[in-house]
Amino acid sequence: MMGPLASHIGRLYGRKGWIALALCAAVLFVAFPLANLALPKGNLLHISDYTVALTGKIMCYAIVALAMDLIWGYTGILSLGHGLFFALGGYAMGMYLMRMIGREGQYQSDLPDFMVFLNWKAYPWYWSFTEHFWYAALLVVLVPGLLAFVFGFFAFRSRIKGVYFSIITQALTFAFMLLFFRNDTGFGGNNGFTDFKRILGFHIATAETRMALFIASGFMLMLTLLFARAIVSSKFGRVLTAIRDAESRVMFSGYNPVHYKLFIWTVSAVICGIAGALYVPQVGIINPSEMSPANSIEIAIWVAVGGRGSLVGAILGAALVNGAKSVLTVAFPEYWLFFLGLLFILVTLFLPQGVIGLLNPSREKRA
Amino acid sequence: MKKFALALGLALCCARMAWALPADLVLAVAAGDSDEQVAAVSKLVTSGDAGVAAFFQALLDGNVQVAGGKRVLIVKDQQGIDAASGEKVEPLPADLDDAVVNNRLRGTLESARSALRLASTDRAQRLAAVKTLEDGAGEEMLPLIGTALERETDADIRKLLALVQASVQLKSADAALRLAAVKALAQSDNPNTKMLLLGLLEKKGESYAEPDAGVRAAAQASLQAVQSRLSTADRINQIFTGVSLGSILLLAALGLAITYGLMGVINMAHGELIMVGAYATYLAQNLFRAQAPGLFDWYLLAAVPAAFFASALVGMALERSVIRFLYGRPLETLLATWGISLILIQSVRSLFGAQNVQVENPVWMSGGVEIIANVVFPWNRVVIIGFALAVLTLVWFLLTRTRLGLFVRAVTQNRGMASCVGVPTARVDTLAFGLGSGIAGLAGCALSQIGNVGPDLGQTYIVDSFMVVVLGGVGQLAGTVYAALGLGMANKFLEAWSGAVLAKIAILAFIIVFIQKRPQGLFALKGRMADA
Amino acid sequence: MNAAAFSDSESFGGGAAAGGRVLVPGVDVSHKTILYLEDISVSFDGFKALNKLSLDIDDGELRCIIGPNGAGKTTMMDVITGKTRPDAGTVYFGQTIDLARLTEAEIAHAGIGRKFQKPTVFERHSVFENLELAMKTDKRVRASLTARLDSAQRDRIAETLGLIHLAGEADRYAGLLSHGQKQWLEIGMLLMQEPRLLLLDEPVAGMTDEETERTGELCKTLAGKHSVVVVEHDMDFVAGIARKVTVLHEGSVLAEGSMGEVQSDARVIEVYLGR
Repeated sequence: MMGPLASHIGRLYGRKGWIALALCAAVLFVAFPLANLALPKGNLLHISDYTVALTGKIMCYAIVALAMDLIWGYTGILSLGHGLFFALGGYAMGMYLMRMIGREGQYQSDLPDFMVFLNWKAYPWYWSFTEHFWYAALLVVLVPGLLAFVFGFFAFRSRIKGVYFSIITQALTFAFMLLFFRNDTGFGGNNGFTDFKRILGFHIATAETRMALFIASGFMLMLTLLFARAIVSSKFGRVLTAIRDAESRVMFSGYNPVHYKLFIWTVSAVICGIAGALYVPQVGIINPSEMSPANSIEIAIWVAVGGRGSLVGAILGAALVNGAKSVLTVAFPEYWLFFLGLLFILVTLFLPQGVIGLLNPSREKRA
Repeated sequence: MKKFALALGLALCCARMAWALPADLVLAVAAGDSDEQVAAVSKLVTSGDAGVAAFFQALLDGNVQVAGGKRVLIVKDQQGIDAASGEKVEPLPADLDDAVVNNRLRGTLESARSALRLASTDRAQRLAAVKTLEDGAGEEMLPLIGTALERETDADIRKLLALVQASVQLKSADAALRLAAVKALAQSDNPNTKMLLLGLLEKKGESYAEPDAGVRAAAQASLQAVQSRLSTADRINQIFTGVSLGSILLLAALGLAITYGLMGVINMAHGELIMVGAYATYLAQNLFRAQAPGLFDWYLLAAVPAAFFASALVGMALERSVIRFLYGRPLETLLATWGISLILIQSVRSLFGAQNVQVENPVWMSGGVEIIANVVFPWNRVVIIGFALAVLTLVWFLLTRTRLGLFVRAVTQNRGMASCVGVPTARVDTLAFGLGSGIAGLAGCALSQIGNVGPDLGQTYIVDSFMVVVLGGVGQLAGTVYAALGLGMANKFLEAWSGAVLAKIAILAFIIVFIQKRPQGLFALKGRMADA
Repeated sequence: MNAAAFSDSESFGGGAAAGGRVLVPGVDVSHKTILYLEDISVSFDGFKALNKLSLDIDDGELRCIIGPNGAGKTTMMDVITGKTRPDAGTVYFGQTIDLARLTEAEIAHAGIGRKFQKPTVFERHSVFENLELAMKTDKRVRASLTARLDSAQRDRIAETLGLIHLAGEADRYAGLLSHGQKQWLEIGMLLMQEPRLLLLDEPVAGMTDEETERTGELCKTLAGKHSVVVVEHDMDFVAGIARKVTVLHEGSVLAEGSMGEVQSDARVIEVYLGR
């Protein structure tokens, strides 16, 4: 019954690829939970809660990197504002989580603390229904998606390309950041949302919940990888790379690049939104600095480091850079920015194919 | 009335009389109830005694104490003097209570002091006194004000005094007096007058605060006069700040427009080049302060070239070491220059600290010029507008009248062809990048004079600079000028409506929409690098 | 890249023939002529690029257009493909399709294919993929997402590969091909769009002798099933393939006939060799 779909999926990767994926799945879904929950803390193989949280967070970033790779590595659109979609998804989930605090906040009111602080008497209209998980989930997908669609519709139709497009995306995320910093906007101002208590009825700070979120993130990462792989191996994917390399030629061949770009742009934004929604309960906070241009530009460097036009490369890049960040910001905090800056320069000058390019030099941008 | 005038007149003549205050008044002030206090203060003011000022000061400082409910002492550092006679009291009595100085008394004392200062021989003191009275003079001050008005020779102070008098007279019981006062107030340019006049026109239940219809009508007319004067002032202020912001944006974006137009390179480190210029100014300032403090006011003469060359050198180093290898890859250049900006910010942070550093305006740039009332153009902003114009003219001259400028324009229009006819494109690139960076440095120098200087200075202006370049289009200076001025003015006008943040958001949204309609910007050379 | 032809074409996203949907070919060749140009005039800022140009191409014919620079050859092609609108005159595809009324995209879909001088292939795609991308099929987003090549389509690609002498290079990245091979690939991509009329602009520019010869054979093979119009400067190449040659000069037809006839025409000699 699953015949054609299953075989279609089966063809996405060769034997070696599937084995590698199975191994990763085993590590994420079996080894991690056992090592964290079943083994006692003193044990050599025990994986600490901190590691679980960190890995979960990095997996969310990896999902974003995949989304970025799809539009930059494969379609040639450099977005410097993708963090916006990530943050919007996070805020949507955050609204649900704030609702779930119930009366356990500082002021013991039905409203979140920051609203009480502002002397508000009721939820603003755009907070309606966010106490329902399914509605919040819908927002996680719809809000980044719609925004991306509208923005992309106007931007791509007017043939804005290249650096101008990148700058405009930067302006977009900057504008939203300013907006969300305001208290009146109703999203917690510069403090954002935090102090979550419960998700789907479960207490958010327990090891079990954390592990569940971890597994969900890992699952989502694999799903996104397969989904992206399906896209880039299809004819659609080949049209995307053709658009990246020679857009007018693609038009001349009879394709409408605007439709293609709009589709992948919106899909990419939705993926980021979902990643954001998984991210927020794991780190416990969302605030407007997630929308800062600096954050979005960092996403680009993950993909550049790992390897543009390579899905595994994007994941690798996200893992490497964020891993380095968590080590360096603890050990040598003053040097982190130097390191990051240098990374930007060295990767663009010497490593245009990223780390994947190093590992696989003859590889010519096959997904 | 006449008695008071006479008393004040005597007081003004013999200001240096010995300290001899009426003890009963002193006691009333220190220990009486609120009304008694106010009345006593008024009386003391008119006494003209030399000790009055000191007594009032002591009260405000909280140094007045009452001994046994009868004697009032001024106690400071365990030394006591009698408030009425000014003589020393030793030893200090045991049962001392602090005199109660509530807010009402405080206010009355402040006005009283101002009234005293109205008699001062120093013009600045009199002016300051009048200004304080503007904020709230009681009816009891009227006679003093009247007398001061008669004595006053300075035209400006007379005008102010007259308005203060009118605003106090508004509370008079005599309708004719109120009418005269209201008519006089039409000349005012103090925003408080608006409040006063509105107060008269307020409705309390069925009746107005002001019973006389004639007075009300006059009040309405005066209100309109005052309002139109105030809003004109507002508009002029807005235009000025808009032009000022525009001039700053112009300086910030001009360099970026040159490098982008020339090389298709959007330099994300441009903001940091601005910051380098600002810090160079800071260093120049420190150098002068340390080595040549007498010449401190002229440190800008050294700072301007220092800022230019510092940023130009950094820019040229960047171009030679990183940017030229990314030629033809604009997106990579974006990322690489972002990395450079991170390094620059962190370097400055490590060298100078993460806090803002202090850059002072030289004396000739401090203060402002008052165009009309309520409209003050700060000198530093005026100078910067002039500076921006000068830089613009120099750049225009450079680009249109020198050989380097010719080469720059040639390479911008057609690199291949320029290279074919022998233009040393690599060198032109470096020099042009240096020029653009140097101008950024000048922007930093200007910014140091009107704002804070810190490692994040560049980040605040980079998005705005981009917007100017995107809006104005590249290849022509005119585009940058119009875009900068336009954005500056639009920003300020919107700010007045909806606050700074929403204004910024609206501008960004506008640009995003505008660029859909006209991707090449306001002015652009045909076939530009917008698709690079 | 001259296919900036389409960069300004707003209606690419709209219009009946656009969006990549397959248009049922409806060229009426009942009178054996596939292209009519009658008294076409085009001027740019006073300069008359085409001056009452009249020209007919028969269905299945292989025609060569020659002429000195500035004669109007490229402008003529621009008019046919819709890149430039004629100021006067008519241009018809078959009996019924008025090309002056259609957009570039519609003209392309109607069955006229143009190959530009510089080869523009998708360098980072394989030869096979280049042909696949060019293939005449539903080119909308949804179709591309679910597209699978059926055996008929594979056969078509294989056939084209053979025709353009690239059967052995199917998996090679197009960017690695020689200049001549890229030109053939581009002709192949054009063929995949199943055009009735092929316009080839200087197809052998930059080719080696051997490549030139093979290109000549290719053109001859294509004629019959397709109508081919070749604009060229290489006289040997033209002599090798042409049955009928048209000489353009200053925007109109100077002479027409076989190569021999044209080469001995006094006016042609004057124009080419100067006075």
